[in-house]
Amino acid sequence: MSEHIVPTRVYYLVFLALMVGTAATVWVAYLDLGFANTAVAMGIAVTKATLVILYFMHVKYSSRLTWVVVASGFIWLGILFVLGLTDYLSRGWLPQPGVPRI
Amino acid sequence: MSSAQTGTSAAHAHHPAQAHHFDSLEQQQEASTLGMWVFLANEVMFFGGLLMAYLVYRTWHPDAFAAGSAHLDIPLGAINTAVLIFSSLTMALAVHAAQTSWRRGQIVFILLTIALGTTFLVIKGFEYADKFTHHLVPGPHFEWPDEKLRAPVQMFYSLYFALTGLHALHMVVGIGIMLWLLWMARRGRFSAQYYSPVEVSGLYWHFVDIVWIFLFPLLYLIGAHVRHV
Repeated sequence: MSEHIVPTRVYYLVFLALMVGTAATVWVAYLDLGFANTAVAMGIAVTKATLVILYFMHVKYSSRLTWVVVASGFIWLGILFVLGLTDYLSRGWLPQPGVPRI
Repeated sequence: MSSAQTGTSAAHAHHPAQAHHFDSLEQQQEASTLGMWVFLANEVMFFGGLLMAYLVYRTWHPDAFAAGSAHLDIPLGAINTAVLIFSSLTMALAVHAAQTSWRRGQIVFILLTIALGTTFLVIKGFEYADKFTHHLVPGPHFEWPDEKLRAPVQMFYSLYFALTGLHALHMVVGIGIMLWLLWMARRGRFSAQYYSPVEVSGLYWHFVDIVWIFLFPLLYLIGAHVRHV
């Protein structure tokens, strides 16, 4: 089959990067960065996930159609989070009679 | 691949694994991979609903979530993260072994993946047992010293058990799939011509790894700096 075969060296490098990312995320968690704690943790997690998707899951070498399906999963997740939070985060902004402030 | 190359008879002038409605094995492989990705996009939404609940409750009760998180075992969580990443490597190597028709490699790497997946579940089991001992399982026996935080901390633990439980369920299913792959690999079913089952099972396994890559910081690490101030 003419499928692209990823050299094992690439897998070992990605594995190394993922381990470094794990160590970094644990180390950063012990520092008090305020709001940035979550931002840094999620930044590292997104980077790690991207490495897994591109290399372990071969998306880097996959067809455009596969890219569209992969992206759609995360775009829908984004819609869920953004539209969901516009509701929940804005509930306390305007006082409404009879509705307790959250 | 030319269709006559691996044909066993004149009537079936193509690879035995190729279904009749596909023009070629490449097309069949492409369809399998795409189908798996459609399923995984659904899985993203499956976990997404729970993550949305997590997001809402954490924005409402950041202190309770940090306090609840501080009772999770960071070393065990970190070890489990490393175990899962290691299992993703062995899974990727199993796919590579299939692509290069290396049967022994397929068997060894699938066995390693099963062993690492099982290690993860055993460690998770010890963590769950600890939560039962310390009355941190939501329900009538849930205990929390601070009366004001009890309800939101209980919500944190509800989400903890729902998210990690759903993830563990995926691991159990994944190990089942690996056992099936092992059986097929032993029978020499996978080769450079045909390895779709290993490839798509690998996609599933890596997806479960990705879920944990997010669960670990979201559940275990949000209270670490609070605990050590």
